[in-house]
Amino acid sequence: MSVTRREFFSLLSAVSLTALYRPVPPLTAQTPDSLPGGGPSGRLWDPGRAGRPMEPVTAADNSAAIQTIEKRLRCTCGCNLDVYTCRTTDFTCTTSPAMHRQVLALAEQGKTGPEIVDAFVRTNGVAILMAPPKHGFNLAGYFTPSLVILVAGVLLLLALRRWTRATPAAEPSAAPPPPPDASPAELERLRHELEQFTD
Amino acid sequence: MTVLGNLALWVALLLGVWAALVGFLGGSRGRADLQRSARHAVFAMCGALLIAVFAVEWALFHHDFNVEYVAAYTSRNLPIFYTWSALYAGQKGSLLFWATVLSVFGSLAQLFTARRHQVYLPYVASVVGTVTAFFVTVMLFAANPFSRLAYTPADGSGLNPQLQNPGMVFHPPMLYLGYISMTIPFAFAIAALASKKLDSDWLVAIRKWTLVSWLFLSIGLVLGMWWAYVELGWGGYWAWDPVENAALLPWLTMTAFLHSVMIQEKRGMLKKWNLALVIGSWLLSIMGTFITRSGVISSVHSFTESPVGYYFLFFLLFAAIASFTLYARRLPLLTAEARLESMVSREASFLFNNLLLVGVAFSVLWGTLFPILSELVQGTKVTVGPPFFNQVNIPLGLALLALTGIGPLIAWRRASLPNLQRQFALPVTAGVFTGLVLLLLGMRDFYALLAMAIGGFVLATVTQEFARGTRARRRQYGEPAAVALAHLVGRNRRRYGGYVVHTGIVVLFIAFAGMAFKTETEATLKPGQSASIRSPYGWTYSFTHLGISQFDQLNRQVTAATIEVRRNGKRAGLITTEKRQHVDALGRPTFQPSTEPGIRSDPLEDLYLVLGGVVNGTEEAVFRFTINPLVWWVWYGGLIVVLGGLIVMWPGGGSPAVKRTQAGYAVRLVEEGK
Repeated sequence: MSVTRREFFSLLSAVSLTALYRPVPPLTAQTPDSLPGGGPSGRLWDPGRAGRPMEPVTAADNSAAIQTIEKRLRCTCGCNLDVYTCRTTDFTCTTSPAMHRQVLALAEQGKTGPEIVDAFVRTNGVAILMAPPKHGFNLAGYFTPSLVILVAGVLLLLALRRWTRATPAAEPSAAPPPPPDASPAELERLRHELEQFTD
Repeated sequence: MTVLGNLALWVALLLGVWAALVGFLGGSRGRADLQRSARHAVFAMCGALLIAVFAVEWALFHHDFNVEYVAAYTSRNLPIFYTWSALYAGQKGSLLFWATVLSVFGSLAQLFTARRHQVYLPYVASVVGTVTAFFVTVMLFAANPFSRLAYTPADGSGLNPQLQNPGMVFHPPMLYLGYISMTIPFAFAIAALASKKLDSDWLVAIRKWTLVSWLFLSIGLVLGMWWAYVELGWGGYWAWDPVENAALLPWLTMTAFLHSVMIQEKRGMLKKWNLALVIGSWLLSIMGTFITRSGVISSVHSFTESPVGYYFLFFLLFAAIASFTLYARRLPLLTAEARLESMVSREASFLFNNLLLVGVAFSVLWGTLFPILSELVQGTKVTVGPPFFNQVNIPLGLALLALTGIGPLIAWRRASLPNLQRQFALPVTAGVFTGLVLLLLGMRDFYALLAMAIGGFVLATVTQEFARGTRARRRQYGEPAAVALAHLVGRNRRRYGGYVVHTGIVVLFIAFAGMAFKTETEATLKPGQSASIRSPYGWTYSFTHLGISQFDQLNRQVTAATIEVRRNGKRAGLITTEKRQHVDALGRPTFQPSTEPGIRSDPLEDLYLVLGGVVNGTEEAVFRFTINPLVWWVWYGGLIVVLGGLIVMWPGGGSPAVKRTQAGYAVRLVEEGK
């Protein structure tokens, strides 16, 4: 039986496609033991590999008010992150969970957000805040960049005015310029081409 | 090999000093023999440093743990490409990497600089020799990568788990290449000042180098963001960390330079400013290195505190004083060849663009150094974190974004009112329309709304520019639209490549704005339990904990949690997040367990899952679920920026004169007013 080259390649393609085909596995429903709340929660083979043991998350941990407070406070472990970000990122850190517990304790005493933050500042100094408080010398921190840019902008405007005034305007010519040695179509084309060179 | 490495460093030091002295003398006295000698010294220095790199890599690959650097950053079971990249994982190796790449760039500059710019090369050799000699001096006297231990440990400490990511192989080298290549434009600037040849010639010589620097810095910054996002686990990509800021600073000033240099090339203006920008950018790159290596400012990226910082501080001061003294002496020679004709012109808009770019750079630098300043003035150190930087820089960034769209709409020299109306009509309408639509759709975050409205304006500007250019070509040459567009870009790569970069910047800003709608929650789940979170787009995701598995993989012990994701009840896939305990070849833990986030990314939003840990050693686990809108566009915005940069620097296209001739007509100039 003779096989043409076209037939050979068609056959090869068909075989390749068949080999590449992988049926999508049907989605199966979860087994009964994994229904919400009903899982076995078996012990891990080596819990030490999973890092520091964790406490279950409470509603207070997810409280937006608590998170807002913790995002204003810097973790003192040296990570440069705020308390909330550190405790939900660097799970090896023991400082941010301790600070979190402190925040929760103060909140349970009925203290407001600013009072809790003030309590931390009293204990640790202003460096505990993620941004310096807006008073005294710190105001210079907030406003110097904008002021410098504003002043530079005004100076630039004045300089531009001076430069543009100093530029001699083209004197009116005694005689009208000679007519261009080109047709209107050529001039239009020139205008378009020049537009493209002015980047 | 360490003996060979040390020897190579000493030879490189001597050659660097030689190139520095002889290059300067050869240039100033016009001695061809000295100039040749300086050039050869740069090549030889490059060879010596390559030998030193080879010696370090040899020690790394042969696990010579008697070498302190090898023991500190590798272990026997470290995957091979991380063993290679350990060259720049630590302080000592990265200094060697820096010096070597600089000598390679210096050699390339000597080899490939056009003949008409040869006058600068002896001075360039001198500057490259000086800077390289400084880095080699630091290595030899404060951070020698070949120093040996008094004993030989059985295995090394291994590489920090956060550095064991593909980002490690690409991000630091890209950033270093950006930093290091900046020395070449700086060297040409010093050469122009020293030789008093201060016309626009030196700018032509550095055109490609500045673009290379800017491109590498851009790639390095975006890769750094990606690495932080996929590896660090906090769910963001930019934290205004001092080291991130240090990389951003020269990028901002180089971007300013890439705009202002056009004014010098076209009009012979801003000579003083352009020189100052090139010198300033390079000094900022050295300052960034100082910040990273001195420990003067607390940063997650910092190398350990070491005397290296003092070397850098001294060098920074020396370089700044020397450069600006020379600059000040040449100021009388730096007069503008033309003057501004109108305040409403492209030149004026570029000046404001420069003001804002340098202003943002100043603002970032100010925030970075403010803790030190505060300590000096108030006696108390303050923390300057993201809330400060966001408050100060977001308005400036948005103003800059607006100028990205305004600049291209204003004509060079002088814009008339009808011209402005014609140019601005469509983009302004697009911007207002975008803002209104988003407002009606319920977007209420002021800055996010503004960013997207301005983004719409800039995108409309870019589209209008491409459309007008393409239409003009179609009308004149009868080309099909695609061909006309290709020719349009090909004929003027700098202009249209620049517009592509602007598009990428808009995409980046829109992606940044998306983070205003970040949503997250923490939950403790037993296998089978679910947690739900509502997306800013209105649908609800539920995450079901399927279970935890533990297994060994490469040089780590993995604890992996698998989560099934459903969107509005419909299955959307599985995500796995891990805890990794890295071990050495003897099975001993090398670092604290690290977290590997699980990420599912699409153009609208990213689902970002983190396994916090387990409760009581069971499969009950603590998770953080985060929805990050539009993050996908950060990477693609970065890609567009890089693509635009590549279009701009793609070789060919010819000189402007050649292009004018290719345009198919000759122009008869008529003197104005006659």
